[in-house]
Amino acid sequence: MAKVIVYPPTSMILSDLVERMGHKALVVSESVRKLATANDIQSPPLNVTPEEPKKGLRYAAVDVPSGVRGRMALIGPLIEEAEAAIVVEDPGWLTGCAGCNRTNELVRLLIRTKGVPLLDLAYPTDDAEARVFVQKIKTFLEALK
Amino acid sequence: MRITKYVITSSESDILPSDIAMKIYGSKYDVNVKETCFGVVVNGEEEVINALIEEIRSLDPAGIFIKDRGFPPGDPRRCRGRRGGGARPGFYMIEAEAKMLPMISRALAATGEVPAVPEKKKPLMPNKLEDIIKEGLI
Repeated sequence: MAKVIVYPPTSMILSDLVERMGHKALVVSESVRKLATANDIQSPPLNVTPEEPKKGLRYAAVDVPSGVRGRMALIGPLIEEAEAAIVVEDPGWLTGCAGCNRTNELVRLLIRTKGVPLLDLAYPTDDAEARVFVQKIKTFLEALK
Repeated sequence: MRITKYVITSSESDILPSDIAMKIYGSKYDVNVKETCFGVVVNGEEEVINALIEEIRSLDPAGIFIKDRGFPPGDPRRCRGRRGGGARPGFYMIEAEAKMLPMISRALAATGEVPAVPEKKKPLMPNKLEDIIKEGLI
């Protein structure tokens, strides 16, 4: 079982397909859960403390907006943990914690420079493309076993 | 550790969110369930949830999708009932991907060789356009 990071990091389709094939999908909701359900809420409501942007300094410089560094505090450790990656380029409708384009550029860069097996895809627009999309993911994940 | 998962049904699936909720109510598992328009949200101990979602997925393996969620169901920080209405931030992603679920379901259920997809036409590059304009002027 390999740990596979998916981009967009909140994608239902990608994380589901990864888990179906018997691997572990690294998704941002895991990191959010650790903060949101921690017993010692230090900074309600989301428990994002000044420590989070500091953790983000590992991935982005101090003059980078704190929003990018805060997001990287959640996504960065997932990238470090990843043994493979599936990236869907330009989904066009990212929101919430995945809604910052500068963070997304940095995430894609860090995934690519990490040197793990990587699958680049585009979301399908018809049935034929969907079959190719699923087949490519299956083949990629089977090769990781 | 308690975890939360979304169980989302494809719009073409014969399984309704209410069917999934009823299956969970009738199961032996001690979990919290919230039924939504697109599926259900289940919350409980990690081992229990993992066993439960495998049972739920077996209802329609190609038409039921699972997604992890950070906040527990009905959490006042995310629940729109407590925030004065409007979709919660994560819904837009689910909504956008849900439109693709029927295609993905059909692809998962399909057997046999995958047909080749013709390459899409790429937009005209500016230098090519310039060449065409120059040719037209000469």
